[in-house]
Amino acid sequence: MIKPGSYFMLGNHACALGAIYAGCKFFAAYPITPQSEIAEEMSRLLPKVGGIFIQMEDELASICATIGASLTGLKAMTATSGPGFSLMQEGIGYAIATETPCVIVNVQRVGPSTGSIFGQQGDIMQARWGTHGGIYEIIALSPSSVQDLFNLTIQAFNLSEEYRVPVIVLSEASVSHLRETLKVPDINEINLVNRKLATCDPNEYKPFEAPLNECPPMAILGSGYKVYYTGHLHTEEGHPVLSLVRYHLADKVWRRLSNKIKSNIDKIIRLETKYIEDAEIIVIAYGMSARAALKAVMDAREMGIKAGMLRLITIWPFHDSLIRKLCASARSIIVAEVNNGQILYEVKRAVNNDQKVIPLLKLVDTHTPDEILLKIKEVA
Amino acid sequence: MEHPLKKLIKTENLPHEFCPGCAIGQVYHWVARAIDELGIDMNKVVLVSGIGCCARGVRFVRCDALTTLHGRALAFATGIKLANPNLNVIVVTGDGDGSGIGGNHLIHAARRNVELTVVLLNNGVYASTGGQVAPTTPHGAYTPTTPFGNIEDPFDLCKLLEAAGAVYVARWTTYHVRPAIESIKKGIKKKGFSFIEIIGQCPTYLGRYVLKLYEPVECINWFKNNSIRKELIGNLSKEELANKIIVGEFVDKEKIGLVERYQKLYGKI
Ligand SMILES: Cc1ncc(C[n+]2csc(CCOP(=O)(O)OP(=O)(O)O)c2C)c(N)n1
Ligand SMILES: [Mg+2]
Repeated sequence: MIKPGSYFMLGNHACALGAIYAGCKFFAAYPITPQSEIAEEMSRLLPKVGGIFIQMEDELASICATIGASLTGLKAMTATSGPGFSLMQEGIGYAIATETPCVIVNVQRVGPSTGSIFGQQGDIMQARWGTHGGIYEIIALSPSSVQDLFNLTIQAFNLSEEYRVPVIVLSEASVSHLRETLKVPDINEINLVNRKLATCDPNEYKPFEAPLNECPPMAILGSGYKVYYTGHLHTEEGHPVLSLVRYHLADKVWRRLSNKIKSNIDKIIRLETKYIEDAEIIVIAYGMSARAALKAVMDAREMGIKAGMLRLITIWPFHDSLIRKLCASARSIIVAEVNNGQILYEVKRAVNNDQKVIPLLKLVDTHTPDEILLKIKEVA
Repeated sequence: MEHPLKKLIKTENLPHEFCPGCAIGQVYHWVARAIDELGIDMNKVVLVSGIGCCARGVRFVRCDALTTLHGRALAFATGIKLANPNLNVIVVTGDGDGSGIGGNHLIHAARRNVELTVVLLNNGVYASTGGQVAPTTPHGAYTPTTPFGNIEDPFDLCKLLEAAGAVYVARWTTYHVRPAIESIKKGIKKKGFSFIEIIGQCPTYLGRYVLKLYEPVECINWFKNNSIRKELIGNLSKEELANKIIVGEFVDKEKIGLVERYQKLYGKI
């Protein structure tokens, strides 16, 4: 832990520091640009707090070791970028199915394939639907600054512990490789969430039994509960359901995987807004582009254009009704993102039919304020 | 009379889904017996498996157990062992799971010498998906995906693990009951990465397609007649050895394990 105060820090280092402040005790990863500084920093910091750093043979192993450590009771994280994130998808699915808390940092880079190490916001949908299956939810957060990388990494741990779900920090090269001021608080002022642990008689314990909008207390490995974990469709007792005629025995557990997130969406969601109350034009953005959007909207206001900004901090789950409400005054909504349109279609689905949704898409790096201002003026 | 191992088996999870005569029952029986004979607290045992017929057995043993992803058992196990070095982490895996899709993790776990015990049931095929060719299937064998015979050669897993750095390496067949149990016990006690390969019958696929034997007992007899102790191979010619399963202990050495090294460098985890 460092002294509270201001530091000039690299985004990826702030992310690692945030993890340590969140109580992370295990980190497994494989090097990839633009993620490597997270791993390097974790290898320096973790041994000092009695934690474990291990560089695995690939990203498949990294996510699996991370899940294994979390099931054994440690707060655990892994970090990667595009190609590695693709490799982690099956593991992320296992964490969802077994309700294992863990944090995955994905510093997005240009894809598909090796693409490039320049930034992009291309993995929004991969974060949401990257692992196979059609009935699940994850949580994803989008940092816009070095401070965010610190704060949201802590948030990610808290959310994953609370809801027993993998939480993805969707950073991007331009944020992770930014150096700017980070205000480090006193560690005692940070609110930390720890998973609920099983306390009942092991003979009575059903590892996956909980109301539809909650997650069950967890029995960590080695604590005497003799639990069985499987990624297979399972009952509240954790037994695999091996025939279709017995599907109903797993139905509640499987529906709970999404329901525990959906029904708590109001508690999970975080957004930032500026001037939206009377805005006729609203720019929706996230990550680095949201900073440009804020500047553009302020410049537009000075020109007398009623523009506002809505920044998504929580990318997933996507809060349709809240977005609709917040955008109610707008005639036009500009969605600025660095891909071919991913959040764009979520916004289109959420808002009213008579509102125009206008894409402002870039394919690499990030938007400049002028690019966004130009679009605002065009629409005004 | 109650079965002496009943206390170690989650009988409430029965019935199981294995074919009659499958080697999987034997392998789990031996793992349970090894744990029992060593007197290890079952609260401190974690069985980790991947995906495959063999991997499904962990849920019948009365301890913490995981069926993970196809090929990834060793990566999960590495995380578990590092997170709590007091646990006895035992990986039970199939040949396809452990040496096909999971081959990279297998060699790296051995290289790191992480304190795990791997029991790999080698039934020579991908049984769970229908008996397709595996990296362990003999050359020439007919399987559902080698309709004209297997053009590839199989792994010698014990040689592979020896080269990768495992501190204990042994191979037995399902005929070699007692030596196999002793090897599993040795592996569990070993402070480092240990690997025990069990060549076992899959009457449904290996028996039917490869050995052309239809009864489990015939398969076990075949293992008996076609295996030879490592110590006895000296007098045999290359030709005589060609189709023999060489069994025995191949590596038994001492080397500091990963967790111990970590603790030496950084203090207690
Ligand atoms: C990523 C992935 N690919 C393929 C499969 C399908 N699959 C399940 S088990 C298996 C083969 C298992 O073979 P082995 O490890 O030898 O176990 P056995 O069934 O022979 O005991 C395969 C290919 C899977 N579950 N996951
Ligand atoms: Mg097999």
